[in-house]
Amino acid sequence: MNPFAYSRASDPTQAVAEAVKPRAKFLGGGTNLIDLMKMGVETPANLIDINKLPLAQIEDRKSQGVRIGALVRNSDLAEHELIKSGYPVLSEALLSGASPQLRNMATVGGNLLQRTRCYYFYDPAFPQCNKRNPGSGCGAIEGYNRIHAILGQSDQCIAIHPSDMCIAMAALDAVVRVQGSKGEREIPFADFHRLPGNTPNIETNLQQDELITAVDLPIIPFATRSHYLKVRDRASYAFALVSVAAILDLDQSKKVKAVRVALGGVAHKPWRASKAEESLVGKTADEKTFRAAAEAELAAAKGYKHNSFKIELAKRAIVRALTTVAAMA
Amino acid sequence: MNESDAPVDSGLEEFDELLILSNLETRRKFIKQVAGTSAAITIGPALLSAADATATSQIASPSKSNSDSISMTLKINGKDYTVDLDPRTTLLDALRERLHLTGSKKGCDHGQCGACTVLVNGRRINSCLTLAVMHEGDEITTIEGIANGDELHPMQTAFIEHDGFQCGYCTPGQICSAVALLKENHANSDDEIREFMSGNLCRCGAYPNILAAIKDAKTKST
Repeated sequence: MNPFAYSRASDPTQAVAEAVKPRAKFLGGGTNLIDLMKMGVETPANLIDINKLPLAQIEDRKSQGVRIGALVRNSDLAEHELIKSGYPVLSEALLSGASPQLRNMATVGGNLLQRTRCYYFYDPAFPQCNKRNPGSGCGAIEGYNRIHAILGQSDQCIAIHPSDMCIAMAALDAVVRVQGSKGEREIPFADFHRLPGNTPNIETNLQQDELITAVDLPIIPFATRSHYLKVRDRASYAFALVSVAAILDLDQSKKVKAVRVALGGVAHKPWRASKAEESLVGKTADEKTFRAAAEAELAAAKGYKHNSFKIELAKRAIVRALTTVAAMA
Repeated sequence: MNESDAPVDSGLEEFDELLILSNLETRRKFIKQVAGTSAAITIGPALLSAADATATSQIASPSKSNSDSISMTLKINGKDYTVDLDPRTTLLDALRERLHLTGSKKGCDHGQCGACTVLVNGRRINSCLTLAVMHEGDEITTIEGIANGDELHPMQTAFIEHDGFQCGYCTPGQICSAVALLKENHANSDDEIREFMSGNLCRCGAYPNILAAIKDAKTKST
């Protein structure tokens, strides 16, 4: 691990002021950052410990939804009554990720910023990674790419975003609140993470002097009918090969009034399946409709040597997730 | 057992010693004894150099670095320890290498195996993925602090009664994790226990007995 100067921020304004120091990083739960520092992938010169900031509250904002502080731990969020009752898809997604120990440490803000588990990114012994070393090439495109992206990738990077929590938040139209040296701003969830394009090293639209302070969830009455389906190599404690967050509102004749679908394990960012959603609205909720929606969403998918299976897997996962939600009372 | 295994009879005893003592001299003797084929002789030196490198890295003091060390007080098992630590020192390394509380184990050092599990303010965490300096003012409980003096914690007793281990390396993490699990109220079925113990790996495969121990401890605590 490279040497760094450690400091502890006592309020968000101080944290933001310190963030302009050379190669500064905020330290939250540390579950990803400290691991990456051990690997030599992250080499911050200044580490600003934000764990003492007063950002660990979950606030019921009534008609405006729920505000989740950036330092709320994954386990606390998953177990919170407001989340379990109003946004069960988020609770399910959180509990499907990592282990109880890691969920006790990992923060909401850190989860938003967690980095890909692409092997070529995570191990500096691999010379090629445009994310870690811009311009060096991508080791995965011609290499072993079983876990990699099938949607929205570029010829520079085919890494995926590894989060479960973020897939549910994408489906829930969450809003990320940040504080910077120029004040506060809100970033809609869809605009927070970026596709790789020619700059896969820039993963989010967060600026260096900005601190995530909270994530807002809007009121979505029908979000109680939701499901997070995670498909992975083993039944527990593994990253998703493909995951689906599905929220479905049906009328009395079983026609789709409203629907939200987001996919994990398929792209560089949480993938909101808007093509699938468009094709579903107004149709009868049955397997045929769901399959057509899945086909529409994956029409643009592109597989590589080892991950082409994900295209059909994603389609079937969408159908399974929607079928599960449609069967809910 | 096939013919080529025959000379290993004596070697197996040495292998036990190797695991238990981690003695370099024994490793050399062991490798010489089992290196009966030319292929094994080729592998021998590579094994030795890897063993030597591991030993060296364990001896290296975390305080010898370019970072300025920080004086901090850590409250562990109810006792205050004031230490100067390089800020890079993980909580696990502080416990094991500086405070000589070696009950918490280093398995993967990447938060994947759970051998390093400790309780911080009553919650289980991976001590390998957190810096010691982040835990000033926290109540840290390690396996050394789980028992009540000479009286074992019910979870420890249950692990012994149900033979919840073979080599024992993962056991301190398993027990700390299981103690927290009962507090979390996630031990209500076999499947739930399995899911909520998934952060603790056991390479000996003692899982059925670990499950039995946790169920027993839960029954006795309610």
